[in-house]
Amino acid sequence: MPDTTVILDAVAIQRALTRIAHEIAERNSNGAEVALVGIPAVGDHLAFRLGKILAEIWQHPVPVGSLDVSMHRDDLDHRAAPTVHPTVVPFDVTGKTVVLVDDVLFTGRTTRAAMDALNDFGRPKYIQLAVLVDRGHRELPIKADFVGKNVPTRANEKIFVRLTEDRHASDEVILGKK
Amino acid sequence: MSWHRKHLLDIESLSAEEILTVLDTARGFKAVGERAIKKVPALRGKTVVNLFVEPSTRTRISFELAEQRLSADVINFSTEASSFKKGETLKDTAKNLEALNADFIIIRHSASGAPHFLSRVVNSSIINAGDGAHEHPTQALLDAFTIRERKGKIAGLNVTILGDILYSRVARSNIWALTKLGAKVTLCGPSTLVPKTFEQMGCRVTHDVDEALREADIIHLLRIQHERQRKTMFPSIGEYTSLFGLNKARLAKTKPDALIMHPGPINRGVEIDSEIADCERSVILQQVTNGLAVRMAVLYLVNGGKVAPEAAV
Repeated sequence: MPDTTVILDAVAIQRALTRIAHEIAERNSNGAEVALVGIPAVGDHLAFRLGKILAEIWQHPVPVGSLDVSMHRDDLDHRAAPTVHPTVVPFDVTGKTVVLVDDVLFTGRTTRAAMDALNDFGRPKYIQLAVLVDRGHRELPIKADFVGKNVPTRANEKIFVRLTEDRHASDEVILGKK
Repeated sequence: MSWHRKHLLDIESLSAEEILTVLDTARGFKAVGERAIKKVPALRGKTVVNLFVEPSTRTRISFELAEQRLSADVINFSTEASSFKKGETLKDTAKNLEALNADFIIIRHSASGAPHFLSRVVNSSIINAGDGAHEHPTQALLDAFTIRERKGKIAGLNVTILGDILYSRVARSNIWALTKLGAKVTLCGPSTLVPKTFEQMGCRVTHDVDEALREADIIHLLRIQHERQRKTMFPSIGEYTSLFGLNKARLAKTKPDALIMHPGPINRGVEIDSEIADCERSVILQQVTNGLAVRMAVLYLVNGGKVAPEAAV
């Protein structure tokens, strides 16, 4: 692929996740109330990785779920139907602090859809947002609480997050053209 | 993900990949039906007309619930209470519905090809809910979904469809779907209802019921369609039951894990013994549950098929 730059390699991704996990732990003193919910197709893998790191920090397991947001999107009239991924939220979100986890924060519309979808499962006490990359260009008043790396981008660029969970040879985040 | 169609008119024109896209999507929608809140906003603000020119209860209810669970607004239009009685043509009826900005028209009609016709004369998305003896695509999709859910795969399975094939749109759609997905399809029934010409669709035809059932992984029973039959197709219901009905003795000679399917409504004591219809190998009610998920998936995909494909955000 021409015109591509590796923004984060495997080591940098791991370091960013470790830092995000510590920030989540610092912000939420009561780890027992925290649950992680990842947005497929990549955010769910990141949520499971964060869950493992947080379990070591807190010395107890952290509930992790995966939330498909395609049915709640506001752009279904403007695009081919997005792939529906499985939603697995094996815990009650009501009263919990739910940390939504996504790979890239861009327009904010996926996050809005995720908050809407999460509401169907209960009423979390707090919703926080963790993303591996914030690339700017927000269209909604949404801001991440935990960010792995801020990457200024152009609108015609795209960020690809490749993880070994999706059978890529190694973890990397790439900036390329659409 | 590959779905760029505005309509679902038949299975014949779909690729295996498109069929699998529907099945994969339906999995997500089945999970929605298991939640406390069973409704998602995917079709909020859209209007769906259920245009059932031929009577139907279960398919219409299934579509209606699917539409409501996608947050669409629903209008039911049935033969008895409609302008068809007053002599309006199908085209004029559809044009009127289009003038009301109906986004989707779900049509069941006794004439084969009626959905295809509508797709040429109106701008709404058309979904075929059964046209004559031609096709019933959502039934075939829900059957394929059920088989894949229970057996983990479709390719390589032996599927025997038993009964009134000649008049069955369910059979035609199933033959297309299952052969495209790599199953080996055998058709069986009285020779008047299962002509050899069906072999052109890529399946096997036999009139020996025990042979047809012996190696079957899926036993798909079809109802004798009294409403579509002329009286001369077989001598009597009693003879059909004794020669082709699924009973305990016949079932004992089948594979122990063969599943029994039926699109409903079942005629207990005709094509199937009452106790077999309720046994644990019967997945008839799971077909109903899956039908809802598959119809939600079809509406969701067809909605996206109205716009030109562009890169996902």
